[in-house]
Amino acid sequence: MTWDWQVFLQDTGGGETYLDWMISAWGWTLSVALLALVVAIAAGSLMGILRTTPNKWLVGFGNAWTELFRNIPLLVQIFLWYHVIPGIFRGLQAVPSFILVVFALGFFTSARISEQVKAGIQSLPRGQRYAGLAMGLTLPQTYRYVLLPMAFRIVIPPLTSESMNIIKNSSVAFAVSIAELTMFALQAQEETSRGIEIYLAVTGLYFISAFAINRAMLFVEGRVRVPGMIGGGR
Amino acid sequence: MKKLMLVLAAALSVGAAQAQDTLKKMKDSAAVTMGVRESSGALSYTLGDGKYVGFHVEVCQRILADVQKQLGLPKLDIRYQPVTSQNRIPLVQNGTVDIECGSTTNNAARQKDVAFAPTTYVEEVRIAVKANSGINSIAQLAGKKVATTTGTTSVQHLRKHERGANVSFEEVFGKDHADSFLLLESGRADAFVMDGQILAGLISKSKNPADFKIVGEVLSVEPIAIMIRKDDAAFKKAVDASVTGMAKSGELTKLYEKWFMQPIPPANTKVGLPLSEATKAAWSNPNDKPMEEYAKK
Repeated sequence: MTWDWQVFLQDTGGGETYLDWMISAWGWTLSVALLALVVAIAAGSLMGILRTTPNKWLVGFGNAWTELFRNIPLLVQIFLWYHVIPGIFRGLQAVPSFILVVFALGFFTSARISEQVKAGIQSLPRGQRYAGLAMGLTLPQTYRYVLLPMAFRIVIPPLTSESMNIIKNSSVAFAVSIAELTMFALQAQEETSRGIEIYLAVTGLYFISAFAINRAMLFVEGRVRVPGMIGGGR
Repeated sequence: MKKLMLVLAAALSVGAAQAQDTLKKMKDSAAVTMGVRESSGALSYTLGDGKYVGFHVEVCQRILADVQKQLGLPKLDIRYQPVTSQNRIPLVQNGTVDIECGSTTNNAARQKDVAFAPTTYVEEVRIAVKANSGINSIAQLAGKKVATTTGTTSVQHLRKHERGANVSFEEVFGKDHADSFLLLESGRADAFVMDGQILAGLISKSKNPADFKIVGEVLSVEPIAIMIRKDDAAFKKAVDASVTGMAKSGELTKLYEKWFMQPIPPANTKVGLPLSEATKAAWSNPNDKPMEEYAKK
């Protein structure tokens, strides 16, 4: 076994080196993951909140959303968005696969975030909600000023895991023609026959990306910590 | 840490050093392991249930029969080991697989790691389009969407061709051949660039084969060969002799006819890809030249 790291300096035949290509692939991975994360947190928080409201229709909608997106395998969802739904609604074929994959990955993760946000809100003593309402706050105001500030602090640790997962899950985007890291790895190892070097480099980049998110979330967790709250006394 | 690395390095080098002498290994164990593919067109594929067939699988069975005769073994047990394009070279190098009979392109980069039997099939990279699309050559692909499969050399040819011919088109990638064909079928792509025999096979198995046709110039020529371990002169000599013999006796032509022109299992459809001039040339002058030599012409 000999190493050949110079493989990254070879020309791909398209006027750039494999290193250039890998950096651009990393960019795609991060773009897919971060945009999907925005979608996931927005949709997931909304659904999680709906599931704790007193209105049974809103609860039902939130539950249906969560169960739909978390009971279908991610890869199947991606294919549904890419092949099946545009087959029914022809207009969707013009939508770039990048947008499709951001929403597919975002909605898949939103189901998991919805579950965590719901758990966060439910972990608060019921008295807090009643106290808010008794003070004359409307229901949205109770959520905004009483419940959510506490609930979101509680769910930061599981949200960190979800944010790291989304980086790793973004690898399925290769299936719908996004030139991200996994596709780069599959393609470049075939072209160069130096699979071990390529996979090691790609593994490193995935690790760095997920670990950076982990550190960023840890920082956020530290900054928003409320002394006296759960885990806040440290 | 250093110790661990040493142990790892030692383990790796043991893996690489063992079983250099395939003939001796076959003689001692009366067994041989053939690397096969799950789905490589008519060259090598599975019928399920651990059965593997195809043009290259049958060529290999003949080769191993010849080797068995040469060794004077009363019985030779052939084990089939499915491989992928990612693991086939490491598996041949470390001795898990003795002879790989799939669809491996013989190129200079791989010749540093493994050896190849004389080329038994020459693949031509072609373009498949919808019959009613009006596309007949690569120049007409400008501004169109072109599909190909991730993890194949076709992507690279396409890129080089795009740069060389100064046409620009949008590439879309399927995750496997069936997926790429779906892109063409559903209209997400206007053309599908891939090895001719894979295109012919996919078209023959599609719902409506008359809807598709293979058009245009040959984008690249790739010698496909049976892969064996490097630096095992005795085994290579035996394999070479067997392949050369089959090429001379017309046996290869007969096998080609059987796998590419006649209905084949499991669906009993025909691939329908006539023997190309390039393949004929490779048989009339058996050689293990890498792809780069073909490109020089």
